[in-house]
Amino acid sequence: MTGARIPAVVAADIRKSYGELKAVDGVSFTVAEGEFFGILGPNGAGKTTTLEIVEGLRKADTGQVTLLGENPWPRNPKLLPRIGVQLQASSFFEKLTAREQLQTFGSLYGVSRQRADEMLELVGLLDKADVQENKLSGGQRQRLSIACALVHDPDIVFLDEPTAALDPQARRNLWDVLRAIQARGKTIVYTTHYLDEAEILCDRVAIMDRGRILAMDAPATLVRGLDAPTHVVLQKGLLTREAARGITGVEDAQEDEVSLTISTRKPAPVLSALAERGTLDGLQVRTATLEDVFLDLTGREYRA
Amino acid sequence: MTAFRSLSTAMIKGFLRDRMTLFFVFLFPLMFLVVFGLLFSDPGSDKTKIGTVGDGPVLSALEQTGALELEKYGDSATARQKVNDGDLPAVVVVDGDQVEVVFAASDQVAAGTVIGIVSGVVDKMNLTAAGVPPRFTVEATSVEDASLKPIQYLTPGILSWAISISGVFGSALTMVSWRKKQVLRRIRLAPVSTTTVLTSRVLVSVGTAVAQGIVFVAVAMLPLFGLQLTGQWYLALPLLVLGTMAFFAIGMLVGAFCKTEEAASGAANLIIMPMAFLSGTFFPVENAPAWLQAVSNAFPLRHMNDGMLDVLVRGKGIEALLLPSAVLIAFTLTIGFIAARVFRWED
Repeated sequence: MTGARIPAVVAADIRKSYGELKAVDGVSFTVAEGEFFGILGPNGAGKTTTLEIVEGLRKADTGQVTLLGENPWPRNPKLLPRIGVQLQASSFFEKLTAREQLQTFGSLYGVSRQRADEMLELVGLLDKADVQENKLSGGQRQRLSIACALVHDPDIVFLDEPTAALDPQARRNLWDVLRAIQARGKTIVYTTHYLDEAEILCDRVAIMDRGRILAMDAPATLVRGLDAPTHVVLQKGLLTREAARGITGVEDAQEDEVSLTISTRKPAPVLSALAERGTLDGLQVRTATLEDVFLDLTGREYRA
Repeated sequence: MTAFRSLSTAMIKGFLRDRMTLFFVFLFPLMFLVVFGLLFSDPGSDKTKIGTVGDGPVLSALEQTGALELEKYGDSATARQKVNDGDLPAVVVVDGDQVEVVFAASDQVAAGTVIGIVSGVVDKMNLTAAGVPPRFTVEATSVEDASLKPIQYLTPGILSWAISISGVFGSALTMVSWRKKQVLRRIRLAPVSTTTVLTSRVLVSVGTAVAQGIVFVAVAMLPLFGLQLTGQWYLALPLLVLGTMAFFAIGMLVGAFCKTEEAASGAANLIIMPMAFLSGTFFPVENAPAWLQAVSNAFPLRHMNDGMLDVLVRGKGIEALLLPSAVLIAFTLTIGFIAARVFRWED
């Protein structure tokens, strides 16, 4: 059951250039079956091109891709029913309702018409079944397009920035949908430029910048390996900067208009020292995030 | 449901729910049919109007010919002024036994008509007055000639034009919009063949063309317009199908080169409008100079028009289909081949 299983996705040293621009510059990764894998990075990092090569929509200049043991390029009809793809734009037929969109896409795979309603229920759009696609909200359209990618019950699902341009509430609704898909045993490969989201959703992430993968691991492992200080934030006025710097284990203390921020790599003794002084009001503890990992890897602030 | 059927259904629904498309496919060409049909429906409107001064048997006889419209004037000075001003082509002044015709030198044809009619009437009256039996006699009989009433001519032409609009726009806009919205890529990622996608789109276009044919002929046959179908009118069906395919191929070519719907509809109009005028949609191309007629032979619409005229209103049989069908098929294959070569799945 374990070692003999074929990985869902294997990408080996794929490269793709457009003229001088190296869009994908030697990317390798493996995604196990049932894994939720995220490709992260700012716009223009090469995420979409990587995904399109893996899906079989583009040919890599060099390198090898296998999906479920098969080569996706050139167009491989045997593989197509086993992969589901949501493209970056919302691709729908004109003037069809949500249910009709799903029925039409489903029929391309020979799926029964009843599947449409199951899918609508999965993404929470059953009450919008008879609404035309162009009258749905942004979040609803995203969910519908994900449902269209899933309508034929594929083994691997590719999602390109499914949460881009959504309001926070719609994003969170979508997270529930994505978790529900993973719970069905699907392998999910998705791209995002929201690092916080990837940290919450993904089993493993690859951080990309300028066509290369800079780091790849479980989000928690990446953050832990960073050796970045923990930030303890206090209300301003409870403690002076000098007093804070005097506490054992404190590396630095900075003050702005509203708060005092203490940096430390030994948060436990610092917190107990603060507790002794009775200065825990409004206290926040911020550990490192993937954004710090990105900063550490590139030397640049992360900008989506 | 098979992929073919559901794709066709999806496109038909999209078509029927788009009011703008319905307007341009049905109402817009129908408006032309109605306007031209009404404009040309009164055959009496081209009588020559002349001025008359005085009265007597000559003027009564002129009136009875039914070929001239007479307008009475009190004195000859006013009437002559009308000719001088260019308002009337001629004036007939009757003073006792004297008949004077004053005509404008600018319009020789109208003047000739008027002088001929007036001379004819005066000669006839002279003969009667002289009491001499005529030596030469003229017998005039009217026959139904091959030239067509306007509605007979307009319906096949405007129908072919409407089919060229729906064919070119249908395929070009579907292709551009599907490519832009990445529906094409999405379809490519499904296990469905290109042939299935293409044939379902062609089927929808052919269905649209047949619907246009039925609507147009039905409207033109209303008593108000009075179209009369002759002979084997059902032979128009194969022409309808072949014409649609030829225009569909043009649309594919337009769609391959244009990135946006706006560009595609601009390019489609740029092709269709000149083609419609040169192919005899609104007026017979026989009146055009010879070189223009030669140019018009390059257009599929010209041949579709010719075939439609022959089988719908000229009462011709299946032999009239041969040339138009051959041209339309050749056109479809050539343009279709080029379109397939330049086709792109994505921008």
